[in-house]
Amino acid sequence: MGTLAQPPDTTGSSTPYEDRSPTARLEMTGISVAFGGIKALTDVSLTVEPGQVHGLIGPNGAGKTTMFNVACGLVRNTEGRITWRGEELRRLRPAQLSKLGIARTLQGVGLFPGLTVLENVMVGAHKHARAGFFSALFAIPTSDKDDARLRERAMTSLAELDADGYAARYPGSLPYPVQKRVALARALVAEPELLLLDEPASGLSEEEMRELGDLISHLSGRMSVLLVEHHMDLVMRVCDQITVLDSGKQIAAGTPAEVQNDPAVTEAYLGDAVDDTTDVSELAGIDGGTQRG
Amino acid sequence: MQQFVNLTLGGVIIGAVYAAFALALVLIWRSTRIVNFAQGAMAALTTFIALSLIEGGQSYWVGLAVALVAGLVIGAVVERVVIRPVEGGPELNAVIVTLGLFIAIQALISVLFGVNQRAFVAPFSTIGFRAGDFTLALSPNTLFTLGAVLLVMVGLIALFRFTRVGLAMRASAFGQEVARLLGVRVGRMLTLGWALAAVVGSLAGMLIAAEVTFVAPTFMDSLIVFGFVAAVLGGLDSPIGAVVGGLLLGLALSYVRGYIDDTLVGLAALVILVVVLLVRPGGLFSTTQTRRA
Repeated sequence: MGTLAQPPDTTGSSTPYEDRSPTARLEMTGISVAFGGIKALTDVSLTVEPGQVHGLIGPNGAGKTTMFNVACGLVRNTEGRITWRGEELRRLRPAQLSKLGIARTLQGVGLFPGLTVLENVMVGAHKHARAGFFSALFAIPTSDKDDARLRERAMTSLAELDADGYAARYPGSLPYPVQKRVALARALVAEPELLLLDEPASGLSEEEMRELGDLISHLSGRMSVLLVEHHMDLVMRVCDQITVLDSGKQIAAGTPAEVQNDPAVTEAYLGDAVDDTTDVSELAGIDGGTQRG
Repeated sequence: MQQFVNLTLGGVIIGAVYAAFALALVLIWRSTRIVNFAQGAMAALTTFIALSLIEGGQSYWVGLAVALVAGLVIGAVVERVVIRPVEGGPELNAVIVTLGLFIAIQALISVLFGVNQRAFVAPFSTIGFRAGDFTLALSPNTLFTLGAVLLVMVGLIALFRFTRVGLAMRASAFGQEVARLLGVRVGRMLTLGWALAAVVGSLAGMLIAAEVTFVAPTFMDSLIVFGFVAAVLGGLDSPIGAVVGGLLLGLALSYVRGYIDDTLVGLAALVILVVVLLVRPGGLFSTTQTRRA
C-alpha cells in the first residue's frame, strides 16, 4: 500500500483517471427520514463541495448511515431535497448511481465471493463498456475489444491501489485490508465524480489507516468524497468540512478545527458517558459530582 | 463385456441429457435461489410445439429452432410475470409457484395437444454402429445428442467466463444489491438467466424426445427428478458440477437398469439423492460453504 501517496500515472489516456477538475456539487437540504413513527433524521443539511472531502460523524445511532443511504437511494427521505450537478434527484434508485457518476463502498467489503479480484473490479467498470446488450451476449468483435479495455482499466485501478498482484485470486482467500483495497479499486474504476465511503477504516491497522488517509487526500483533487467514519483522527486529518449528527439532528458543521472546538460536539461525544455515571452514582447513593472528569 | 460397454455408452448419453437439464436448474438456482420445478413442463411444451411443426411437414431443424426460441421467450416471460413477485421472498413461496406452474403448463399441453402419446422421429439414424459382429449402443443420433449437449456447455462456459454479460450475470448471482450499486441491471440479468435456462431445458427436451421416441405431456416428469438429483450431486451452485453429476447419474442408473432391474431406476436415483444429502450435502463441486437448503 506504499504507493498510494504517489501521484497517479497520467502519461497515457488509458489510465482510469484522466486529469479533470471536479465541478459537481452534492447538496442535501432539510433531509428528514422517518421509519414508521421514529424519526431517524430531522432537518439535516449538508453540501459536499466539488473536490472536497466532507466528513459525516456522530456517536452511534446518530443517523450517519441513514444520511449516507439517503444519498445513494437506499433509504427514501420523507422530507428535503437532494441536488446533484445542479439537478434535483427525485426517486433516486441505487442502480442509477453509477450512471450519475456516484460510487460507494460498503461497510465491510461487499466483494463478490465467486468472482476473482480482477472480475470484481471489472464489474465496477461496467458502465464504461460500450457494446450493447446483444452484441455483448453474442460476443461480437466490438464487444471483444470492449472486454479487453475493461480488463485493462480494472488492472490499472488495481495497480493504483497496489493490489494488482492479487488479480487472479478470489476475495475470500485474501487478508481483510487487501479486500478493502480491492473494494476501493472497484469503486474508483468507475471514475466517479462523487465517492461515498462508508467506514473505510474499520478493521485497518494504524499504519493502513494512515495510508488510507493519504489516499483520500490524494483522491480529493479528482472527485468529491463523502466520508462516514468514526476514527476521529482520520476524519480530522482528511476532511475539509465536517457535519456532526447526534440523535438524528445536526449539532455542528464546519472545518475540523471549528468542529473540534464546538462545545455541542464535546457534549454529544462525552455527555452520555457523564450522564450514565451520574445516574449510576445517584442510585448507589454516591455524590456523582466527584466522578465527573 | 459387450453389455458393460453398451451400458456405459448408454449411461454417458442419457447422462449428457441429464447434465443439460441439471445445468438449466443450476443456472436458475445460481441467480435466483429458486429450484424451477416447472422446467420439465416448460421443456415438454416447447417439444410439443416443435413436434406439431414437424408433423405439419417442417424439417426437424425448423422444429428445433422454434423450440429453442420458444424456450427463450417462455423462460423470460415466466421470470418477469410469475417469478418476479416471489423473488427474494421466502423460499417456500417460490417452490409453490414453480410447482403450480408445472401443473398449469402440463394441463395447457394436454389442452393444446391432447393427452395421447405421439411418435417423435429422431433427426438421425438410431441404428447403432457395428464393431465386428456386435452392435454398439451408439448411433448417429446419439452422437448428435452428445455433440449438441457439448456445444451448449462450451457456449455457456464461454458466455460466463469471457463476456461482459456473463460477468454481470455472475455478479448478480453473488450479490444483487452490490451489483445494483455498481450499475448492473440485475433484473435484466435474472430474466436472461431464466431465458437461457429455458433454452437449455428445451434442448434437453428435444434430445430426450428423440431418444425415447414417444412423447406425452408428462414425458419430462422423470427428467426433472433425474436432473434435480444430478444438480444436487454436483452441488446446485456449480455448472461443472451439474455436468459431472449428470454423467455420474446417467452411468449409475444405466448400470442399475442393465445389471439389476429396469423398475429400480427411479428408486436408485432417489437413493443417490438421499445419500448425497446425508454424506455431502454441499454436493461434489459446491463452491460456497453455506448453502441455503
